[in-house]
Amino acid sequence: MADINAMKAKELLAHYQVTLDEEARQAKKEGRLVCWSASVAPPELCVAMDIAMVYPETHAAGIGARKGALDMIAVAERKGYSLDTCSYARVNLGYMELLKQQALTGETPEVLANSPAAKVPLPDLVITCNNICNTLLKWYENLAKELNIPCIIIDVPFNHTMPIPHYAKDYIAEQFKYAITQLEEICGRPFDYDRFYEVQQQTQRSVSAWKRVASLASHKPSPLNAFDLFNYMALIVCARSRDYSEITFNKFAEELEENLANGVYAFKGNEKNRITWEGIAVWPHLSHTFKSLKSLDTIMTGSAYPGLWNLEYTPGDWHSMAEAYTRIYINTCLDNKVDVLLDVINSAKSDGVVYHQNRSCKLMSLLNVETADKIQKETGLPYTNFDGDQTDPRNFAPAQFDTRVQALAETMTARQ
Amino acid sequence: MDRINYIINELKCIADNPKKAMDDYKKATGKGAVGIMPLYCPEEIVHAAGYLPMGIWGGHRKISKSRAYLPPFACSIMQTVMEMQLDSVYDDLAAVIFSVPCDTLKCLSQKWKGTSPVIVFTHPQNRVIEASNAFLVEEFKILKARLEEILDTKISDESITESIRIYNENRQVMREFTQVAAKYPHIINAVTRHSVIKARFFMEKSSHTALVKELLAEIRQLDPKPWTGKKVILTGIMAEPNEMLDILNEFDMAVVADDLAQESRQFRVDVPDDDDPLYRLAKWWQDFYGCALATDVKKYRGEMLINMVKEQQADGVIVCMMKFCDPEEFDYPIYYDQFQQEGIRSISIEIDQESQAFEQIKTRLQSFSELL
Repeated sequence: MADINAMKAKELLAHYQVTLDEEARQAKKEGRLVCWSASVAPPELCVAMDIAMVYPETHAAGIGARKGALDMIAVAERKGYSLDTCSYARVNLGYMELLKQQALTGETPEVLANSPAAKVPLPDLVITCNNICNTLLKWYENLAKELNIPCIIIDVPFNHTMPIPHYAKDYIAEQFKYAITQLEEICGRPFDYDRFYEVQQQTQRSVSAWKRVASLASHKPSPLNAFDLFNYMALIVCARSRDYSEITFNKFAEELEENLANGVYAFKGNEKNRITWEGIAVWPHLSHTFKSLKSLDTIMTGSAYPGLWNLEYTPGDWHSMAEAYTRIYINTCLDNKVDVLLDVINSAKSDGVVYHQNRSCKLMSLLNVETADKIQKETGLPYTNFDGDQTDPRNFAPAQFDTRVQALAETMTARQ
Repeated sequence: MDRINYIINELKCIADNPKKAMDDYKKATGKGAVGIMPLYCPEEIVHAAGYLPMGIWGGHRKISKSRAYLPPFACSIMQTVMEMQLDSVYDDLAAVIFSVPCDTLKCLSQKWKGTSPVIVFTHPQNRVIEASNAFLVEEFKILKARLEEILDTKISDESITESIRIYNENRQVMREFTQVAAKYPHIINAVTRHSVIKARFFMEKSSHTALVKELLAEIRQLDPKPWTGKKVILTGIMAEPNEMLDILNEFDMAVVADDLAQESRQFRVDVPDDDDPLYRLAKWWQDFYGCALATDVKKYRGEMLINMVKEQQADGVIVCMMKFCDPEEFDYPIYYDQFQQEGIRSISIEIDQESQAFEQIKTRLQSFSELL
């Protein structure tokens, strides 16, 4: 039995990630239900019914970071998936295809056996939510069809006008209730509303601990390098309805707060420039992007991406929960998106902004020109962009990234 | 035959020159036009205001200015739409209405570079529950109110109901047209078929209906001739530019049915009956099926296409894959698998509105035709 209290945050992070996968495998073995979920879909409903959760986006990012994406992508592309579609989806649909083959033949395909992918079981149901893209609707439609399993959809309509109208919250709340009837049918037992309320409360504690960590990057110099948020994000995605995330984030916050009190900063005494990173990480090249910035004494202190999981709401209040899941900044109009990003940039005390033109993510790329223009007008801060991809390693050129951030660093330094 | 040629030519001129069609409408009615971005806007509300709903489907042109605002991986149609915005092509429109059923359209709805005011509405995607209809009714109420404000007019329930009647009649006639076109490919070739359908985006619908009805009556007087060429079904967003359809004609491939967003998906389903016209328009979206942009966890599209192939005794399916359209790209592996299981032959060709060279598509379609 691991001694949780003795573990450092980094150890807790690794421990709980392994534990979550093990729990999912165990659930499958015991005949309990496993659900694959979109990363910002509400887990509260399934967790309340004791369903083990697996998160394909996080799983795909992990495969990408371990340099195993191309093998999975090749499987998906052989199935007919265009290389223009989201690479998370291609990695996951490739992985799913291999698991399916394994289940049908009883033999493990060689490419799966040799993959560095964390082993997760096939789902009995899937749940998706389009608050971070409509691609998640198409991807999960395909999972449900390929595996002939139920698909729960929480559709949060694009908020073209803010604030979020009451009727949109009504519609989302009705979907939560519909999802409950689906779950009751799938599980063959009544929904556990008491447990659901507890899970909602847990989720709020996890979110609060997550915000506590992220807020530490506002100190100048910063005790937190926001690249770490990309790593710790795995738990706010996969375990926000469990205490695993709360324990880990609070531990991490304590460590950072202690460092701050002792004058220990992420970049020691070398923090020269601070940037906000707009977009998803380039997982297969995470280390390169980090080191390239670090070599320029440039620390990332802002990123709106981890903030997607700041899902604050009042437990027991359907409308409040609906609002939390629909107000994700990329699910709102440009003006609101810019306002959210401005908050991030300002609280991060950023000197510049880096925009990831992500070949895999149209929603997080096609407004970058207008976003950058508005932010620049508002703040006067310099910015740059680079071409990349969240998990397909072929769509990122290290040299382009280096040149772009060097130029940005020079401009930032010149302004000081 | 003269009358047939005359009507076809008339519709072809309109399809090829939307600007003139709009100017003629303005001259005749004293009213203007409202731009309708793809896809599935309740045009009836615009029609009820007496304005001409003008379909915006890009065009065959070179991309240059839009490169500054869109990465190369935005879909081909939105690249050309953006280019045309920057060329002020759409500035005569009193307003532009955007639906946002994909991630690209969400973004494009926020960056209109023309001068017309933009109205955005969102389709619900959890279409199986009644609450989705209530949501869409509210979206349509706002859309209607904004239109009334911009056009400085009132749109009554009665006028929307009348417009729904006119549109449903057009839908029915268009379904008949596709059936007739399948029987008379000698008269209605691939390009003609497309023009007759496309013209409906730039005409007041009852005028379009009247012309197509007359065309159908004329054609039905003729005896169908046996078709020695191949019969194909098109699926995708759209099958443009015409140079691509010319290739089908060249190799004697008749389009016997389609599942294109620009064509049959527009009139596959009628607006259902009910009391409240906005509810009826919302319910249409719930009744609609077989499109990559309308979420369907059962993925009925493949089965639908297989049924179409059987009903029309088609020789194969041509997938008109809009370049960088991910909703369509996600549907492909699923129905492709189903085609394989049914022994249905298919080919996927890339639709790029910017394309100037068609030799590759020609070679591929030629070999496909020989294979059938």
